[in-house]
Amino acid sequence: MNNVFVYCEIEGKTVADVSLELLTKGRKLANTLGVQLECICAGYNLGDIEKQVLPYGVDKVHVFDAEGLFPYTSNPHTALVVNLFKEEKPQICLMGATVIGRDLGPRVSSSLHSGLTADCTQLEIGDFETNVKNADGEMVKKQYTQQLYQIRPAFGGNIVATIVNPEHRPQMATVREGVMKKEILDANYKGEVIRHDVAKYVPETEYVVKVLDRHIEKAKHNLKGASIVVSGGYGMGSREGFDMLFELAKELHAEVGASRAAVDAGFADHDRQIGQTGVTVRPKVYIACGISGQIQHIAGMQDAGIIISINNDPNAPINTIADYVINGTVEEVVPKMIKYYKKNSK
Amino acid sequence: MSLKIVVLAKQVPDTRNVGPDAMTPEGTVNRAALPAVFNPEDLNALEQALRLKEQFPGSSISVVTMGLPKSAEVIREALYRGADEGYVITDRCLGGADTLATSYTLSQAIKKIGDYDIILGGRQAIDGDTAQVGPQIAEKLGLTQVTYAEEILKLDPVAKKIVIKRHIDGGVETVEAPLPLVVTVNGSAAPCRPRNAKRVMKYKNATAPAERTPEQNEAMAEMLAKKPYLNITQWGAAEIDADPEQIGKTGSPTNVKAVKNIVFKAKESRTMTSSDADVEGLIVELLESNTIG
Repeated sequence: MNNVFVYCEIEGKTVADVSLELLTKGRKLANTLGVQLECICAGYNLGDIEKQVLPYGVDKVHVFDAEGLFPYTSNPHTALVVNLFKEEKPQICLMGATVIGRDLGPRVSSSLHSGLTADCTQLEIGDFETNVKNADGEMVKKQYTQQLYQIRPAFGGNIVATIVNPEHRPQMATVREGVMKKEILDANYKGEVIRHDVAKYVPETEYVVKVLDRHIEKAKHNLKGASIVVSGGYGMGSREGFDMLFELAKELHAEVGASRAAVDAGFADHDRQIGQTGVTVRPKVYIACGISGQIQHIAGMQDAGIIISINNDPNAPINTIADYVINGTVEEVVPKMIKYYKKNSK
Repeated sequence: MSLKIVVLAKQVPDTRNVGPDAMTPEGTVNRAALPAVFNPEDLNALEQALRLKEQFPGSSISVVTMGLPKSAEVIREALYRGADEGYVITDRCLGGADTLATSYTLSQAIKKIGDYDIILGGRQAIDGDTAQVGPQIAEKLGLTQVTYAEEILKLDPVAKKIVIKRHIDGGVETVEAPLPLVVTVNGSAAPCRPRNAKRVMKYKNATAPAERTPEQNEAMAEMLAKKPYLNITQWGAAEIDADPEQIGKTGSPTNVKAVKNIVFKAKESRTMTSSDADVEGLIVELLESNTIG
């Protein structure tokens, strides 16, 4: 009861990285709260799926293995999570901010009437004080201890909001892949494994959506794992403007990223977006070209080793966190970087 | 066979294509520089609705929005593009709603509109990016959902089945689902058609009561009697039988504990010019430290 739960996303027989990252975070939150970490693994022909999750410090693995649970569809997964939560009454539930997590999370939160915060960049435990009306209609202070702080950048510039759900359980949050770090706690961690009778949790009537056809393509790039990222912003001006970034990236064996403004303007593909609502990267070198540096973007790259900012606006916010600031236009600087890299690297 | 289609739309500040004046010198958003627009993915949803209406003549499209009285602007935009009627859900007590209270309110409005075959909305709104309201409405109405839809491939009104191509992480899938249901449409779906000039002429004076002054209401009474389609239906919490405990701030489980302006810890940065000597110097330094290369 009142434990921390992670919903593990499973593609075939493999637990997604984002779920392992959340298990790592969930373990830390459970330690702070002095409770256990539990997780849900739902799919079909899962075998000994628990071996993939136990090393992250899971105390109890809830396995739901049945035909119809893979590929994922909304209703059966909602039913099993909701019905399990009615028994287990978790205080926290974490899910990946993936297509699946963003389909499942809101449905579960609506069914349980609990709060859900999307795309959190930090999760912490802390206290909360607020004013509530007492029986006589007077406003009095009320204290809540050990709440989950769901921290995320908010629309409105360099603003970060801390969200709490004091009166409702579980406290639900989604987190994007790469935001939290995945770390094995103990390869031989011992936890309990419960294989549930799926029919008890999922009525036959919930299997209403049929997946007729499914194509998963290999990613075109490895932005998340790249050691050097060349990233462009709205200041690149056009899709063609990004060509020189691809050229520089090719020389440096780097990947090309983009700010949300550049993606929204159509200069770069959506899957290259770096930031809170895109990919989080931790490269050795991050070269920001024509990026002003809104908090949503910085949330996705601030842990880079060395940050180089190329901007013709000396007051661009990103310059404050950059190690090297080149005052100049990208059109002028990037070709020079290519030229002098070629000249000096051989 | 005709369909009854509901489209959910939201008026949002335009956070795309922000110009240099979008931020104030203090680093906050200059809201005056961001116009209020039709949430982009809701337009993708409207397009899917309009295609269904073409395919099934006699179908009707009802557009529902929740917000300030001025959000009736998105209803007019939808009427200009081919929607049949609109509802503005506006009430002081609905303010401060999080996604759960919002989805409750909208689901009450949809219940009042009554029978529907399909409810379409954008995947998410650009001012919050949560993607929560669509699935939460589906759950509250006891319907299934297809999120991240890219195209409606087939709809069989007799068998009450729909086939939809949807985006998934790293690919696409095709699903078959029963009607009625909630579909949220992804930005990668077909863009919405432009306004139709004739419809603009017909609907340009369409307004919700809260947009009109009492004098205008009086002046319009005669015109509305003749042209009832110029009245955009406006409902408050009472009209949709909303439980006061489930709307606005009271009905929102999430609380904002704190909002913090982030001041970045300035690093000791080295500033240089775009001169050949400076750029080459930096490249050589990074190569020598094995940072690159």
